[in-house]
Amino acid sequence: MATSPITSGFSGDETDNLPRTAESPVELKPRAGTSVADRFFRALTLAFALFIIVLTLFIAFELYKNSLLSIEKFGWRFLRGTTWDPVFQNFGALPFLYGTLVTSLIALMIASPVGLGVAIFLSELAPRWLSDPIAFMVELLAAIPSVLYGLIGVFVLVPVMRNLGATYGVGMLTAGILLAVMIIPFITSISREVLMAVPQAQREAALSLGATQWEMVWMAVLPYARSGIAGSIFLALARALGETMAVTMVIGNRPEIKFSLFEPGYTMAAVIANEFTEATYDLYIHALVEVGLFLFAVTIIVNALARLLILKMANVAEVRE
Amino acid sequence: MKEVKRFLVFAVILGVSLIGSFVLAQPSAYAQVFINGAGATFPYPVYSKWFDEYHKAHPEIQINYQSIGSGGGIRQVSELTVDFGATDGPMTDEQLEKAKTKLLHFPTVLGAVVPTYNIPGLTGELRFTGEILSGIFLGEIKRWDDSRIAKANPGIKLPSENIVVIHRSDGSGTTYVWTDYLAKVSRTWEGKVGRGTSVNWPVGLGGKGNEGVSALIKQTPYSIGYVELIYAEQTKLPFGSVQNRDGAFVKATLKSTSAAAASAAKNMPSDFRVSITNPPREDAYPIASFTWLLIPEAVADPKKGKALVDFLNWMLKDGQKYAAELLYAPLPKEVITMEEKAIQRIKY
Repeated sequence: MATSPITSGFSGDETDNLPRTAESPVELKPRAGTSVADRFFRALTLAFALFIIVLTLFIAFELYKNSLLSIEKFGWRFLRGTTWDPVFQNFGALPFLYGTLVTSLIALMIASPVGLGVAIFLSELAPRWLSDPIAFMVELLAAIPSVLYGLIGVFVLVPVMRNLGATYGVGMLTAGILLAVMIIPFITSISREVLMAVPQAQREAALSLGATQWEMVWMAVLPYARSGIAGSIFLALARALGETMAVTMVIGNRPEIKFSLFEPGYTMAAVIANEFTEATYDLYIHALVEVGLFLFAVTIIVNALARLLILKMANVAEVRE
Repeated sequence: MKEVKRFLVFAVILGVSLIGSFVLAQPSAYAQVFINGAGATFPYPVYSKWFDEYHKAHPEIQINYQSIGSGGGIRQVSELTVDFGATDGPMTDEQLEKAKTKLLHFPTVLGAVVPTYNIPGLTGELRFTGEILSGIFLGEIKRWDDSRIAKANPGIKLPSENIVVIHRSDGSGTTYVWTDYLAKVSRTWEGKVGRGTSVNWPVGLGGKGNEGVSALIKQTPYSIGYVELIYAEQTKLPFGSVQNRDGAFVKATLKSTSAAAASAAKNMPSDFRVSITNPPREDAYPIASFTWLLIPEAVADPKKGKALVDFLNWMLKDGQKYAAELLYAPLPKEVITMEEKAIQRIKY
């Protein structure tokens, strides 16, 4: 939370949607920077920030450059096509796009409430002797390599899913559930930090107005921490979109669009990882890189949509208040 | 001024550590020949054994091999960013033309691919024909008690269950050999699916790597898939015998795999780019393949050229005995003789 203690009153979240340098009733400015160190520091951090922009643009450009052959040959058919045939050089990426979106959506739908719930419990309800060890374990979960998640998925989750009625046990729902488990630590860990950063005054004010504990969390703490929580969900979503190893182990790797979630599917990240090493001709490689380019685009679009959604919700909430 | 000092110290430390990491990353150079190769993953265990043993015998020569996949091996040696490449499937004419230099194929060892399955309660070992395997993988044979499977397996009680097909999801030489065989025994397969390191599978689920395929097979009752012989032997997977062109049902062993190569020796093209699936010989296992090293015909650096030629000769004589230890089928004598002649074409 970048809001300074001075600018944040009881409804401190209002300032969240304003630029960080917004005019506040009382504004403190740093002493004019004449010191060499100050200027050096400013230039250094600016360089780091610019580096991120340059890197992103560079990656986008490289992806585009290395998928030109495929872009020229297939055009928009690449996105509509449902056949992926390396032997007869016919490439369509729709089933991968579908699989990526469906599995990530399932994962978010499960992980957001659960992850946030854990975070609320840890920061608001649990006594310290309980919350610290649990928080530590949550962070441990985030450090487990995804191939291990995949193995656990294959040997534990897949038989369970088959008993539940999935034809093969592997499939899009299995992958979505596994992804959910993998991204819960991201949501919980960051959301907990954000919730703990909510000023105590915020809680005390709500309680002094006669709020129950639940009302306090719902009306005073969560709105204050809203943008931080949203940030944790975006990060989790990005991870779900790009996850490769664990997904490919439990999704069935079948490039088909089936509406039953029990059916096998395929994702964009998985097909790149699976086929890149043995892609022997140029068009094939360019087609795989184009899948990467679209994954990049999907990540940006989904993120933008999610941000828009949060912004809308925030506005609605403010009007209601 | 204190801050300035602190920042200067910080900057100096940052700079020194950056430069230091670059310096340390440089290999120390003395009178050694470093040879770099990249490519196929399938023969990696025997290749690393060879390069290690060869380095022990000739300490001045160090061969570094990256198993990045056949596709990467072909690309890198075509661009001459490595000294040699390795591949599980021969390069196509088009690929050879595009390469910056003329490349020669040298078979090193052989591998076989076996059909493995998980049928609970099955007694005895299944026998497969080309018709059965292509039918199952095309999705035309859907049930285990299909009359075609029953005919090849008299006396075995087959379950009345649907067949679940498992294939590799990652591009691999194993898939190339498997689909090459299916394309030879089935016209439909050749026209509809074809042969390649990755194909558009008509049915089935994909598992990543041999281990992914075997995990899915173990997890899925009534499934069938294919893995490398070495992998099946090491992990004790059950696998069936396959009918060869002479009508005999042969189980994959090192011997029956080498026999497949020997049968190809008679009609071996001079560039060794040959498929040995479904060979005409009674004791040959029909789903087998060479794996190749790709060496430039003209090596720019004479030291490297001599080292490569010496290594190839050593590999054909002494190296072959390490192959069997690691469960790779060694080259038959006929092929070794032909390769020894071909090595003389390398100029340096």
